[in-house]
Amino acid sequence: MSAAIASTPDAAVRPEPGRPLIEVRDLVKHFGPVVALAGVSLTVRAGEVLCLLGDNGAGKSTLIKTLSGVHKPTSGDFLVEGRPVAFSTPRDALDAGIATVFQDLAMIPLMSITRNFFMGREPIRRVGPLSFMDMGFADRVAREEMKRIGIDIRDPRQAVGTLSGGERQCVAIARAVYFGAKVLILDEPTSALGVAQTSMVLKYVSQVRHRGLGVIFITHNVRHAYAVGNAFTVLNRGKTLGTYRKSEITIDALQNLMAGDKELQSLSDDLDGMV
Amino acid sequence: MADREAVLTAIRDERLKRQSTLRRLMAMPELGAIAGAILVFLFFGVTAGGTGMFAADGVLNWVTVAGQLTIIATGAALLMIGGEFDLSVGSMIGFAGMMIAIPTVYFGVPIELSVLFAFVGALAIGFLNGLIVVRTRLPSFIVTLASLYILRGMTIALSILFANRTIVSGVRNFADGTWVQALFAGKAFSGLFVWLAETGVIATLPNGDPAVKGIPAVVLWAAGLALIGHVVLSRTRLGNWIFASGGDANAARNVGVPVGRVKIGLFMTTAFCATVYATCQVMEFGSAAADRGLLKEFEAIIAAVIGGCLLTGGYGSVVGAVFGALIFGVVQMGILFTGAPNDWFLVFLGLMLLTAVLFNNVVRRRVTGER
Repeated sequence: MSAAIASTPDAAVRPEPGRPLIEVRDLVKHFGPVVALAGVSLTVRAGEVLCLLGDNGAGKSTLIKTLSGVHKPTSGDFLVEGRPVAFSTPRDALDAGIATVFQDLAMIPLMSITRNFFMGREPIRRVGPLSFMDMGFADRVAREEMKRIGIDIRDPRQAVGTLSGGERQCVAIARAVYFGAKVLILDEPTSALGVAQTSMVLKYVSQVRHRGLGVIFITHNVRHAYAVGNAFTVLNRGKTLGTYRKSEITIDALQNLMAGDKELQSLSDDLDGMV
Repeated sequence: MADREAVLTAIRDERLKRQSTLRRLMAMPELGAIAGAILVFLFFGVTAGGTGMFAADGVLNWVTVAGQLTIIATGAALLMIGGEFDLSVGSMIGFAGMMIAIPTVYFGVPIELSVLFAFVGALAIGFLNGLIVVRTRLPSFIVTLASLYILRGMTIALSILFANRTIVSGVRNFADGTWVQALFAGKAFSGLFVWLAETGVIATLPNGDPAVKGIPAVVLWAAGLALIGHVVLSRTRLGNWIFASGGDANAARNVGVPVGRVKIGLFMTTAFCATVYATCQVMEFGSAAADRGLLKEFEAIIAAVIGGCLLTGGYGSVVGAVFGALIFGVVQMGILFTGAPNDWFLVFLGLMLLTAVLFNNVVRRRVTGER
């Protein structure tokens, strides 16, 4: 069994850092008369965190749903490791190594950690013509993977509902990493979390990056973005306003850019820069 | 910062440790039903101990009732865990009975083929129920409420049409001596019971036969279906998919669980269970009647809920549903044995359901960490 654990997808060779994993050029998505994306371009590189910033309605959700196979783009180029792709289901995206951790849909609270961790990819043990879920193996892996990210769980069969919000996000990320994701899309993983929980998630995101994965980190919190991001793409009204390396832009400039117009900036000045 | 976190972790761990045993117990969905069953047995052990309730023929009595209910409660529990309801179970029992009796009695179809026809027909109706629910995303409550009326209506109408009354009798003439009758209404291990009677372990009738001739087929069906249901739910990939489909269909879909197929399969399972129930009844009584299975859908749901299934899906167990059915059988028959007016059974049932739901609500909060 230990051999089985060693040969898990996690041990697969990661691409060298800096190589583009996802390239998107002029992506357009219409919903009937509504133009949700009006030409978005971005590049996700191995070993880097790309922060996707934008206010509500900027098109962040549509963009990630397109990247994760929920929506089909109306036009534009979508390359994964240099090859054009057209996903028709979330499963296609998963098989191509793009795993999305949705903010509130990551885990099912009533189900055990083990059952959540292996949901949709249950390990199978065959007994004659019958096939069973290998609960012993699943429990062991779940416990080990939790330990790796610093969550010491006594019982992997305890319900996910007993974990904190930050822990749940971390379990969802660990699951994606374990099953061989090359690109992680994190949809506002910190927006509902307190300070300690947020730092736990950010720490883990940074750890995942060092293991050579590409991460798309969606947030509207510039501080969280700046803490872990290597590059920042700002979306506004369905378009990319620009992509900046961390060395090219300050946190304040990023905040201003994201605000889009002067209104928030002046409000922010009124509030002594507290927004 | 690091210190602060270490302290926080320590506090959290300590708290978890203190609660973990309790939590673990509370996290067993069947806990309430098992505790309830023990209480019920204690109660009737005291009040009905001398009435023959716990003699062989008395035991047979409530085990049969519990067994019948277990058959449909297993299907209902799996479906509820999968996040849906089936209110058409009772009507399906009546209709499946007609699907056996009418072709046999009025069209000369061999009884084996009629039974096969009933199973195929019921599975098709279950498939249709599931398909409508999955495609339209309407609440299964409404969709199967429609099926409840359609199937019951067809059962009555067809019965009147062919037999000119609400009962189609005479199935026995065609069923006697066939293997389907043995399979659905036979008695197993009769040799063992003869031997038990001879050795005096169980009572004998005046003519020398044992008071209990064997284990009724319906009880064995119940045990078999419940065992399969339990293993599938707790030990297979499909079981994980059932939990996931009921827990959060969107989250399940996002990781590639075929939620639609799982749910349709579960509707077919409840239809299958209802048909097993119906076939046992038809073979036992030698007839099909338009009122068979009336209100059984609620009994099945009650057993599942007492067994710890949440009405919102994603949580529960087949073992719990079996204990729910056992409580049901013991109480219903126990009241007869104690000689208390049977009307009180419904009052008790209602109170028990309410208690179970309140208890489940507490459990769910514990498990999900809601406050």
